[in-house]
Amino acid sequence: MPESSGPNATGTPLADYARSFGELPDEVVTQAHVRDVDLGIGTLALITLDNGKDHTRPSTFGARGLMSLNAAVDAVAARAAAGEIAAVGVTGKPFIFAVGADLSGVPAIDSAEKALAIGRLGHGVFRRLGELRVPSFAFINGAAMGGGVEVALHCAYRTISAGVPAVALPECFLGMVPAWGGAYLLPRLIGPAAALKVIIENPLSQNKVLRGPEAFALGIADAMFEPADFLEESLRWAARVLAGEVVVERPDPRARWPQAEWDQAVASARFFADGKLHGAAKAPYRAIDLVAAARSRTRDEGFAAEDEAQVDLLLGDELRAGLYAFDLVQRRARKPAGAPDKSLARPVTKVGVVGAGLMAAQIALLFTRRLQVPVVLTDLDQARVDAGVAHVHGEIARLASRGRLSPDAASRLTALVTGSVSKAPFADADFVIEAVFEDLAVKKRVFAEVESIVSDQCVLATNTSSLPVSAMADGLAHPERVVGFHFFNPVAVLPLVEVVRGATTDDGALATALAVGKGLKKDCVIVADRPAFVVNRLLTRFLGDITRSVDEGTPLEVAEHAADPLGLPMSPFLLLQLVGPAIALHVSQTLTRAFPDRFSVSPKLRALVEAGKSAVYGPDLRFDPEAAALLSGGDHPLTAQAVLARALEGLAQEIAIMLAEGVVAAPQDIDLCMILGAGWPFHLGGITPYLDRTGVSAKVNGAPFRA
Amino acid sequence: MRARDVVFVDGVRTPFGKAGPKGIYAQTRADDLVVRVIRELMRRNPQLPPERVGEVAIAATAQTGDQGLTIGRSAAILAGLPRSVPGFAIDRMCAGAMTAVTTVAGEVSQGAADIAIAGGVEHMGHHPMGEGVDPNPRFLSEQLVDTSALVMGQTAENLHDRFPAVTRERADRYAYHSQRKLAAAYARGKIQPGLVPMAVRSAEQGWGLATADEPPRPGTTLEGLAELKTPFRPHGRVTAGNSAGLNDGATGCVIAAADFAAELGLPARMRLVDYQFAGVDPEVMGIGPVPATEALLARNDLTMDDIGLIEVNEAFAVQVLAFLDHFKVDDEDPRVNPLGGAIAVGHPLASSGVRLMIQLAAELAERPEVRYGITTMCIGLGMGGTVLWENVNA
Repeated sequence: MPESSGPNATGTPLADYARSFGELPDEVVTQAHVRDVDLGIGTLALITLDNGKDHTRPSTFGARGLMSLNAAVDAVAARAAAGEIAAVGVTGKPFIFAVGADLSGVPAIDSAEKALAIGRLGHGVFRRLGELRVPSFAFINGAAMGGGVEVALHCAYRTISAGVPAVALPECFLGMVPAWGGAYLLPRLIGPAAALKVIIENPLSQNKVLRGPEAFALGIADAMFEPADFLEESLRWAARVLAGEVVVERPDPRARWPQAEWDQAVASARFFADGKLHGAAKAPYRAIDLVAAARSRTRDEGFAAEDEAQVDLLLGDELRAGLYAFDLVQRRARKPAGAPDKSLARPVTKVGVVGAGLMAAQIALLFTRRLQVPVVLTDLDQARVDAGVAHVHGEIARLASRGRLSPDAASRLTALVTGSVSKAPFADADFVIEAVFEDLAVKKRVFAEVESIVSDQCVLATNTSSLPVSAMADGLAHPERVVGFHFFNPVAVLPLVEVVRGATTDDGALATALAVGKGLKKDCVIVADRPAFVVNRLLTRFLGDITRSVDEGTPLEVAEHAADPLGLPMSPFLLLQLVGPAIALHVSQTLTRAFPDRFSVSPKLRALVEAGKSAVYGPDLRFDPEAAALLSGGDHPLTAQAVLARALEGLAQEIAIMLAEGVVAAPQDIDLCMILGAGWPFHLGGITPYLDRTGVSAKVNGAPFRA
Repeated sequence: MRARDVVFVDGVRTPFGKAGPKGIYAQTRADDLVVRVIRELMRRNPQLPPERVGEVAIAATAQTGDQGLTIGRSAAILAGLPRSVPGFAIDRMCAGAMTAVTTVAGEVSQGAADIAIAGGVEHMGHHPMGEGVDPNPRFLSEQLVDTSALVMGQTAENLHDRFPAVTRERADRYAYHSQRKLAAAYARGKIQPGLVPMAVRSAEQGWGLATADEPPRPGTTLEGLAELKTPFRPHGRVTAGNSAGLNDGATGCVIAAADFAAELGLPARMRLVDYQFAGVDPEVMGIGPVPATEALLARNDLTMDDIGLIEVNEAFAVQVLAFLDHFKVDDEDPRVNPLGGAIAVGHPLASSGVRLMIQLAAELAERPEVRYGITTMCIGLGMGGTVLWENVNA
């Protein structure tokens, strides 16, 4: 293959692009080391990508890293042209291949010129690997994400280790597209359906990643070897390819995937994205467009289209929101704002759970699996206790039957879970959590009884979703030990716990609760003891404003789709159904009592609950006719736009009030709660970046949340 | 109990490296060398179902760090052998791998295992000789050994004292021939089949691949050798040129019951006839192969004339020459180390015993007229070991 003579392939313009990209002052530079390897039938120049740090700091590409790779390619290209080498290989440092672009400079990109430079620099360097005079091989020895995958895709051949934990093109998750060749090369290599799974489906499904064998099965690599001697066997394989003993078939994509099949895969991906986003985020649709056109584009056309898409996205707000959200869940979630010194946390070696209902049983299962300490469930009578314990034991057995737990681990966990009508077994517990009926008097009685049994140090936690934690502590001998510990349903899935600091809660109890949350592998946000805390308060306000428009006469179908432009994980009424109309009503009553100026109880919601309806939709996901009838009527219908504007303005107002009340330390914590507890999307940045960029916060509050 | 014929099925080793920060394996783990060898043995012998491996015996002199954690067992797990395959670590200094072979041969002969992997490793860069040892003070207070006994180079000088006929000039000449023989063997492609390429990493240079031994100095001249210093004694005779270096490497082989190998269709390369270890004064540990070989030949009603190939480890030229003089074998007898020896290729202590066997098997395959060969080596703290092999290619 002749090396491309296009403008991207020569050294000088690439250096210009690197300058436009801008030097990141603290770029951890991924160096491209080159070393000769004797394959027996010729020399392979092996490039190792290594940023000089251990595996906890994976190699990424900034401007200097790309120029280091470019210099390495300069060297091998000259030797390839001179006939001194038979092949070029690329691999990574131990456990890491490369994880893509260094995104720390993205917020500083403020011009189309800079944005274009990033795309052209990556394309210009990477494509040379596929346009050398000798074959190129990528040996994917470890995690490969984004630009790391794209480096490999530019090579002529790929091997992958069966031990690779993650192969992904997560760009769409953050608000970008795979723009260093991925959107063009991947569908042409593995076909449109498989490529769209990697480019669209996985990023939009909690940013799922592929393991090595899955990536191999999709065709991303041509051969797979076990990790123990992956590089040696990859090099042996490369020698066999060079010798012609192994032939990798690479048919023309147009011959392999007819236009109809291509179109079908693209249509499926659009349907999938619509289901998740309703068109609310641009990046996935741009990526789908790129894949759609990749079949008939030339390489130059394909890469130019990637550049064009990436410029729009790099300068847009969604990517910034995505990076902001990513930073929140990666960093802020690990170090809760306002957390006391970790050393104040007391060890938790036994847990009590008051209540043996479904929520309590879910909580007991989580504590058992994650903390691996004895967990005692109590309830009013033996039958309820037995049912609760049986539920947990059944869940453990189910995990074992699906191979998620070994028989030994299952019997260990089963033995840890016991039940008792008496609370006497709590005597040596360090952490007791109640999940009984949402009634203050009941909860106060429970804590008083528990306090008479446990040690003075035992933390008393409440899973209340809207009752005042401080009131529950009132009257106890040790009110400083009471803390709110609010899970989200389903407990096993949603990562958020709102840890509520009551008026009397001390640092030791709070630190212990945070340590327990971490042990449960949950992300904790510290919230003040204000009604319904963060997630339920905002969801209730949001839902309340939309329901109020229905009360006033907005047709259900209009209200249902009013929030579609946000791309929330579910429509308002699906959320209502998931929460349960009765519980939603209860929370709205609590908040209406607390804030009658902004919350109200919807008469239609009350009618729905009084009619005993627990669902809004039928099994076919159409509105239940009876529910629809109860939710209709009124003579002041709003347009969908007006419904959304009202709901967003309500959010902006409520958040400003919450920040003034000190419910959380900063807007970032509001966003973290909405991302982790309600599944609100990255492209909104949670919610405050969206309210800021659409001007809603400035309109309502006179200023954006973040300057 | 049953006594079964025991055969050497196959052997491989990593290329040997120079110990130290500039050596090819400076940043490569010792256990990874062993894992690579085990995996290559399994790969080369697909007829051998992994679950049928009955034992993994791996020798190391320094049983700590990346050579610790019961390396025969830990390397087996790391190599991906089934958990049901047991393993152990073994130490007899330089004869570690040889002892691994004789020990599993005993298991196989007894019927305690049908087939086993035996080998050795020494990363002398990571584990310099004498690292962490704490000799009992009684050795010196009771004059159990001379202070020179723990310094191998000094024991070699002691051997020169005992055998004045072995001069510096003879030792250098022997070393020169060892380099020449190895270079010729490489040129004829006799060494390469026994090597498995090993990935090597350097933080500064990235990944590379070791495909050939690093220690050999094919350009060695007698004049150059004569100029080398004698670090163990002023005006002594032992130099870096007429002794093996400090090296890194791993070896391994498959040892099986002859009937079992036949059942699986595994080719036998040579039959293990008998073996002998012997003790000598630690101050002259290099003489160890003499009593071991004497006893072994006598027990089998053989003389050195019956031995067609002699693979003797070249820890020091003097020790080889003392052995050859004892058995009245000429310094340049073609039966001795025809593919070169440790002076050229290196001597990663506990791994070398199997390197001798790999070279002997390679020669026997081409020499059907030879019936018997031996592998023999001297051992620190005053020992010697010899294994008698019978050619099955006749």
